[in-house]
Parts: sequence; structure tokens; C-alpha cells
Amino acid sequence: MSLVFPFSAIVGQDEMKRALLLCAVDPRIGGVLVLGDRGTGKSTAVRALAALLPPMNAVVGCPYGCDPKSSNPCEQCRSRRTAGNTLPKSAKIPVPVVDLPLGATEDRVVGSLDLERALTKGEKAFEPGLLGRANRGFLYIDEVNLLEDHLVDVLLDVAASGENVVEREGISVRHPARFVLIGSGNPEEGELRPQLLDRFGLSVEVRTPTELKSRVDVVRRRDAFERDPAGFVEQWRKTDAKVRRQIDAGRNQLESVQVSDSALEQGARLCIALGTDGLRGELTLLRTARALAAFEGASQVEDSHLQRIAVSALRHRLRRNPLDESGSDIRVERAMSEVFA
Amino acid sequence: MIDPRWQQALGAAALFAVDPSGLGGVVVRAAPGPVRDAWLEALTELLEPGTPIRRIPPQVPDSRLLGGLDLTATLHAGRPVAERGLLAEADGGLVLVPMAERMGTGTAGRLAAVLDAGEVRVEREGIASCWPARIAVIALDEGLETEDRPPIVLMDRLALWIDLEGISPRHLDPGPWDASVVAQARAAQATFETQVSDGDTSDAIEALCRVAEAIGVDSPRPVIAALRAARAAAALEGRSELAEDDVALAARLILGPRATRIPPSAESPESSELSEPPESSEPTESLASAESSGDASPPPPWDPGQPDSSEAKRSDPDPGDPDPGDPDQAPDSIDDGKPLAEVVLEAVRSALPPGLLAQATDSRQTRSRASAQQRSGRVGAVRTDPRRGRPDGTVRGDPRRGPRLDLVATLRAAVPWQRLRRREGSSMLVEVRTNDFRVVRRVQRATTTTIFVVDASGSSALNRLAEAKGAVELLLAECYVRRDRVALVAFHGQNAELVLPPTRSLVRARRSLAGLPGGGGTPLASGLDVGGAVADTVRRQGDSPLLVVLTDGRANIGRDRQPGRPRAEADALLAAQHWRAEGYAALLVDTSPRSHPAAQALALAMGARFLPLPYADSSVLSGAVKATVSGTLGAERPRHAHAQVRV
Repeated sequence: MSLVFPFSAIVGQDEMKRALLLCAVDPRIGGVLVLGDRGTGKSTAVRALAALLPPMNAVVGCPYGCDPKSSNPCEQCRSRRTAGNTLPKSAKIPVPVVDLPLGATEDRVVGSLDLERALTKGEKAFEPGLLGRANRGFLYIDEVNLLEDHLVDVLLDVAASGENVVEREGISVRHPARFVLIGSGNPEEGELRPQLLDRFGLSVEVRTPTELKSRVDVVRRRDAFERDPAGFVEQWRKTDAKVRRQIDAGRNQLESVQVSDSALEQGARLCIALGTDGLRGELTLLRTARALAAFEGASQVEDSHLQRIAVSALRHRLRRNPLDESGSDIRVERAMSEVFA
Repeated sequence: MIDPRWQQALGAAALFAVDPSGLGGVVVRAAPGPVRDAWLEALTELLEPGTPIRRIPPQVPDSRLLGGLDLTATLHAGRPVAERGLLAEADGGLVLVPMAERMGTGTAGRLAAVLDAGEVRVEREGIASCWPARIAVIALDEGLETEDRPPIVLMDRLALWIDLEGISPRHLDPGPWDASVVAQARAAQATFETQVSDGDTSDAIEALCRVAEAIGVDSPRPVIAALRAARAAAALEGRSELAEDDVALAARLILGPRATRIPPSAESPESSELSEPPESSEPTESLASAESSGDASPPPPWDPGQPDSSEAKRSDPDPGDPDPGDPDQAPDSIDDGKPLAEVVLEAVRSALPPGLLAQATDSRQTRSRASAQQRSGRVGAVRTDPRRGRPDGTVRGDPRRGPRLDLVATLRAAVPWQRLRRREGSSMLVEVRTNDFRVVRRVQRATTTTIFVVDASGSSALNRLAEAKGAVELLLAECYVRRDRVALVAFHGQNAELVLPPTRSLVRARRSLAGLPGGGGTPLASGLDVGGAVADTVRRQGDSPLLVVLTDGRANIGRDRQPGRPRAEADALLAAQHWRAEGYAALLVDTSPRSHPAAQALALAMGARFLPLPYADSSVLSGAVKATVSGTLGAERPRHAHAQVRV
């Protein structure tokens, strides 16, 4: 695999970086939708995140990379567990970050007949697709707004249920497919279906940096990377490692972070003030705030945590008024200033 | 006589040939013809011999573009055989896209992904593969209208944008660069990357960023590309250090055509106010007028102080003996003492795209750069969705229900199962079952494009421009729900202009509307004329136009741009009658405080529904639009004019 641009070397775009890191700390946040201008490092950040994540424990030989301690493993691991009464061997593997290329066909996304075995041996065997490969990891769709509708439907369905069900002529397979969905796109290159928006836990908007210094830094670092990738990556290795340790620490601490009643109440008040539909907004808000607290080593969720992630967690959940799209940040800010006054 | 624009195009070809994959590609705007052929030929000669070149049609299917299962070979071999697509075949070479302005955003997105990654990732038809594809794209842009451009997702990644329109095919002299010079530069470029000093690069980067900021180029990609181009330029000159000229040339070729606003004048670089600088606007204006009148002779974008042909010949192209190219001793030492950014900015000024003046003047009102970029149709226009029943991929389905069977895809789907089925007792060579059927999915959109013609004149602004804007916003919401496209024409002062070409992006429409300046006279006739022209274009694209006019009907500037109420009103009536003759569906919203007979007469003349604003609250307005759509278009189209039909 060729070297990727280091995560820490990305200039600015703090909101996007934070959202990605928090999803790494707590995958239950439900993914990130990154929308914004061209050339703002959307894809770069996601690919960089892949290189940054701490490795995970997985059952050796499991196509879905099941966690040996998982309470809900794939059928294969389950049968091995019940039959063999010893836990299968496990090893550290890198967290999968699977790219869904444009032009992928449905059979490769959900999984289908293993061609090689079907053709050469005449055997009926299931070959997991991208969804299976992405289990416990990240599924990244660049230009999510250009993806065919029928694929988007499949993705949303699986992302919501955490399970992929394939039923086709003699093949009947279900396997866990819990992944963090990351989509990126430029809304001006094709519209995003409204249903898609609030399926993502967080939504961040990226803008081209406006001040000259950041712009110069962007070009300078990119140029340095292109001229000497290995040297550049080495230069940032320590900073990246620090972030990796922080993610690890955040994950370990996540469960012990306290969410006080007052934080719950503040979250609820914020959602009521904004009139968001359903409870998803509140849940995401609290999960994200808790992930942020864990990431920063705090022992309980404070107002400041809520405040910093509220815009990302809520801006795409406001009552569907297409005209307020660009004003949604302001609406969230306004509601926050009232609630946290 | 050597045409300077041709020289510039050849210069771009030479730069590109030095570092094709680094620069991503070239957008060549030209009608097919001898000039374009000559340019392509010149380019081919400069490339490394044996460079693969693949042509891809704009509506190429994924199986051919990206690759997939090779059906014949698979059947023959009895095991899955993957087939490389065009992009993988073009590895290390060029992909040529004719009619790039007709390319769908889907294809453009695939190309962009491959350009970024340098490889093709394929997850198709049981094949999961990754092939190297370090490609560069030559997008042949044959658009006639200024807003007919290749998808921006692709254009952003192609560094060089050249325009061959108006170059006479009679003077196509070969450029000063021959294949050996370029080959040497290419070799030098490779070592250059590691040798180039950081200080040098640092200055160049800062200069390029400053210029990009000054002319409103937001994406950092072109800046990075310009840096690479500057190195290529230096390598072409046989230097191993960046000179002022290299940076200026790169900026002019790469940043110049992307400009979305006019830079502040060099004399007052500190003034952040984008006041009208005569020094900067004049060259653009003259360039623009030269373009529009089809006169190809004057102001040469390839001009003073640039490494032109004579210099290229003069300088020693031996890469073994790098010129100690100190920026201060570079051939062009007139600008001694000026910061690099200013020198570069001046160079770029001469290459600003024609027509920018109008956009820039307009965008001065709103200081937001983002909206300035949106405003310029040339840069931001994106054609997203197919108009009519265009094939949109292949899905599993039943051909007996109507859709057309995709035979090849069906066979592809059936092939893996053959051995299994034979085992189950099939005796046929290839047995196809219902499960295998693949049908072509078509997307048919018969959309309405709502064209808002907004009176932004002084009288209107005084009265209720704000309310009119509010009304338009309500209608926009309506359009959004119906997936209509919208366009915005505004008139005030002396003339009318298309502020927003037809788009489906509500965000853009809102921004244009918010940034709409008010004041000046009421050139109603011009406004109606421009609106009519847009409606005509829309209709030719296969959409149904719907015109919504917001005005008080009190015209006072005629078609001749001269003030005078009677003349102006007569002109406006004529323009309105033209609409009626064309049969455009129209709605006129009277924005005057008290309903005025002028507006009513106008509505009558254009055959429009009439709606005085005082009564136009949200429900009435959207009701009126709906009624206008179904009432007027009902005869020509099925009732749901906007319905998306999936077959």
C-alpha cells in the first residue's frame, strides 16, 4: 500500500478531524457526512484516519474480522465456538477502512457467489462483499451524492441494522456488518437525497481556508509530501502516534465517562429548542459529547463538550425546511446560546 | 504571423508533456476542427514515444471504463477472467474525452477518483481488482454556450485550461519545443523534485497562494498544480531552480483561467477593498471585446516578460549544466524589487477569462468569495442529471415487465452458475434463469425549469425588493420539493443579466438571490428579453420553462439602454408579446405597493397569470405556480410535468 498523507499534517478543518476521531472512539455515533468545497482534504482525511487507527483484535481466518469476545459473531465463528468449546485464535489486525468505489456493482457490495470456486469447482460458496469486509471498521464513499440510488438504499439499510442479509438462488447468508459510514461530497455537484442526510450521526461542513497562512501551509505540506512521501510521513509519525494513543485511551475510558442528569437535560432542551424530529438527535448529541469527553480524558460530560459538538450533531436534523439549509449552523448556535445562557 | 494564443496553447502542451500525470490533464475548449487536431498532434509528438492514448466516449458504460468480468474469456477458460477497462489500459498515458461537456457527473466522479489514486479499484461482477492507472485526461470541451462545461469535479483536477476558439487554422506554426527538449526536461523534472531548494519553493508557494486569493481561486488543487507547472517550466528552460518567470507562467496558465474576480490593482495591493481598478479592468475589457468581436489579433496573453519562443530557443536546454537561474537575473528583470506575488499577479491579469468583468463587478457587492464563484456560470455551472431516458446502469429485474434486457450483463450474471446448474441436471451450454436477468434502467426526467426574472431597479428596491426576494424564496422551496431547476435573471440600471444559469442547487439560488444588488433604472424590456432567451435554451434542452416575473411594471429604460418611460414601456410590451407568441408559461407578480395598470397590461401581453404581491402569501404563490405549470403545460406534457419516470 502506498503511503498516505498523515492525519496530523492536515491543515485546519478541525471540525472534520474531530468528527472522524470521535467516530473512531465510539463507532455508535453513526458515521460522518462530510460536505464541502473542492480540494478541502475530505478524502485525504479519511484515508489518513485509516493509517492512524490502533489495530484491533480479530479471529484469525474470519472473513468478517469478528471480535473473539463478541457476543454477536458471524455464523462461522459462532459454530466454531459452540462446537470447539475453545476460542479460536485471534490476532491484531488493522481496522478495515473500505473504499466503496463509484461504479461498484451490487453483488460486490453485499457479497455474492464466489466466482472462482463456482466456475472451477462448481461449488456454491458465498464470497463476502465490501460490507462484510468493512465489519468493525469504516466504509468510505467519496462523492456519496453520485452513488446510484439502489446502492445507497442497501447501504443505509445495512448500516442501520448492523447486519447484511443475502438471499439469492441457493445462497442464504447473514453476517454482521457494523461499520462507521463515512460519506463525502460536494452538494453543488449533485444533490444529496434528503433521506440520506439524517442517517449520518454527524455532519460536518468543510470550507477552503480563507487566511493566506493556512492556504500556504496546505500547499507547502502537500508539495513536501509529494516530493518525499516517506520522509514527510516520518516527520509526522510522532504526532500521529500521539493521536493514536489518545484514541486508544478514549476508547478505554468511554464507558466510565459520567453523563450527569443536567447534561441530559441540556441536550434535551437544545433539541426541543431546535425542534428536531425524534430522539436520534439527542442520542447522537450525548454519545458524541461523551466520546469527546473520553477523548480529552475528562471524567464526565460538561456543557463545553456538548457545545463543541452540537453543531455537527444537529445541523442536518433541523426541521425540514429546505430554505434554511445554509442557516442551520446559525440556528443551532442561537439555540445553544439560549440553552447554555 | 504567429498567433500568440496558439503559442500559448503550444506552451501549455509542452508544460503538460513534461509532467502529464502531475498536472492531471488539459481542458481544451475548441470546436472539432483543424486547430484542435493540430494541437493534439503537437502534443502527441511531445509525449514520450509509445505513450498509450485511449479515447473514451462521454457515455461509456462502467464495464468498459473500469473493467470487469471478461465474458468470452471466462466462458472459454472456465474460470473467472478479469478484463481491464479503458482507464487501466491507459496507464502511463492519456485518456482523451471528446464532448467532455456532455459527460455525466457519474463518469466524471470515476475519472476523478482514478486521477487521485493513480489506480482503478474495481468491485464489479464478482471481480475485485486494482490496476495501476497513472493517467492524465485531455478533456475536449466542445460546448457552445459558456455554461456548457465539463463537470467541475473533473475540471478541478485538470491543471491546464486552454481555449483554441478563434485561432486561425492558417497560422499553425510549430512551437519552439521539440520532443528532445521536452524529453530532457522530463528527465530533469524527476531529479528536480528532490533537488529544488525549500526556500525557493516557499517563495513560489506564497506567491501562488496570494495570487489565487486575489483572483478568487478557492480550491488548493490548482495552486499545487501551478507549483508543479512552474517546475516543469523551469525544467523546460534547462534550469534547476524556479525563476520568477516560471511561477508567473504557471500562474497565468493555471490560475488565470480559473479567476472568479478581478484582482485589486498592483499599485494598491494593501487596499482590501475591491474598488474598480482601472489598471486591471482595462486589459480584461479589451480582451473580452476582442474575443466577442471575433477579432483574434490584439492583446496577446503570451506577452512581455514571458519566456516566449525566442527565449526558449536562446536559453541553454542542457540539463547537465543547470543555469544558475537566480530569480533576479532571470531574463525578465524589469520587475526587479517587486515581491514575487505582484509580478505573478500582473502576469495573471493578462490571462483573466473574458466576461469576468461583469461577474466580478457584480460579485463585488457580496464580499463572499464562495458566492462569487457560484455566480460565475463559467466556473460553477454543472450539468447534473440526464434530461431524457438515458440508460442509468443495469439492475436485476424482469424484462417481461417492460424494461429492455441487457443481454451481456445477463450472461455475465449467469456464467458463474453454469457448472452448478449443470450439476443440477441442466444440459444446456448456458442456462439462464430468472435470477440472472439484468435490465437496463433508464432515468427519464421531464423537469420544469423555473426562471425568475427579478426587477431589482431603484423603484422596486425602494418598494419591496426584500419582499420580492422573500416571495422568490418561497417559490424556491416549492421548486426544491418538485426537483425543478431554477434560474435567475435580474435587471436594474442599464441592463439585464443571467445571474444564475439553470441549476438544481438551491444553495446556489439562495446565494445569488441574497447577493442581488438593487438600484438604478428599470430596463424591463431587456429583462424580459434575457428571460426569453433563457427559456428558449431551456426548451431546447428538453425542459419546460416557466417564467416568473417580479416587477412593478414601471419600465423606464428601453432596449436601446436610453431612459424614457413611453419608449421603455412600449419595448417591454413588445418583449412580453414575444413571450406569448412563443407560448412560454409565465406568472407575473406585481410588486408595486398599489396594484398598477402597467403591470396588469404587461401580464396580459405576455399571457401570464397576474398576482399582486400584497396577496401573495406563501400558499397563494405556490398555488399560482402550480396552477401555471399544470394549466399551461398540461396540454403538452403529462400532468406531473416534473415526475421522474423510472422504467
